[in-house]
Amino acid sequence: MNSFKVWSAIAMLVLASSIGDILLSAAMKRIGDLDAIRSSKGLIAVVKSVCSEKLFLLGLTCLIFSFFCLLVALSWGDASLVAPASASLTFICSAVLAKFVLHENVDRRRWISAALVCVGVALLANSN
Amino acid sequence: MKWKKVLIYAAIACCSGTGDVMLKRGMQDLGSIELSHWTRIFQAFIDPWVVLGIVCLAGFFYSYLTALSWADLTFVLPATAFGYVVTALWSKYFLFEYISPWRWAGVLLITCGVGLVARGPSLTQNHKQNDSLPAMKEQHELV
Repeated sequence: MNSFKVWSAIAMLVLASSIGDILLSAAMKRIGDLDAIRSSKGLIAVVKSVCSEKLFLLGLTCLIFSFFCLLVALSWGDASLVAPASASLTFICSAVLAKFVLHENVDRRRWISAALVCVGVALLANSN
Repeated sequence: MKWKKVLIYAAIACCSGTGDVMLKRGMQDLGSIELSHWTRIFQAFIDPWVVLGIVCLAGFFYSYLTALSWADLTFVLPATAFGYVVTALWSKYFLFEYISPWRWAGVLLITCGVGLVARGPSLTQNHKQNDSLPAMKEQHELV
């Protein structure tokens, strides 16, 4: 029962942080190149345009929610399970959502890269 | 623009990795925080290491958003993972922690993953543009 609770928290965390990333990515594509805005209108205009974008605020809310899910998951399960499992699953989940929601061209190169990073993060976070 | 990719990758990885390590160093000064004295957490905000860490993490978020404004999410995400590699290196040489061979293997895998995706195109062209301008698509694939 406890492991079910931990894995549900991890699943919520992974989903929330992936959806947050997708929303941030969509928001930034709508706003346009930040470098160009900064060089033409200044840093305050960048902050204004980012903070007035609804998708950005929604994405930020998802990321904050995922942070609280992380705290809950950590209080229920071991950090050595929660941290690597959530970090590495988020990479795969984000890649899948980026392909099907943002219609990004996730080619073989990017899938292999996502898999390598996923295993790498799991190794880095799990072993002492 | 290749230099732009390299620069933003380096900024994302360095800022996130360094920020985490600075926070860790600052919290070492502070000691463990008990629930009964939870208000001690506010002392963290006057610790120079913690402040430096927060500045680094703010820099990370800015460079992450900048990268997302002109590159695909699946292109930018491996750079955030490279932050873990920077954290591992700082942990070894600055906090003098032990890094096991398994962790070095993780560092190697992440580095390979980042190298692989960084060599590819950074942004998906929209399909209409691709269909109407096949030459441009080819050019984009080559960049």
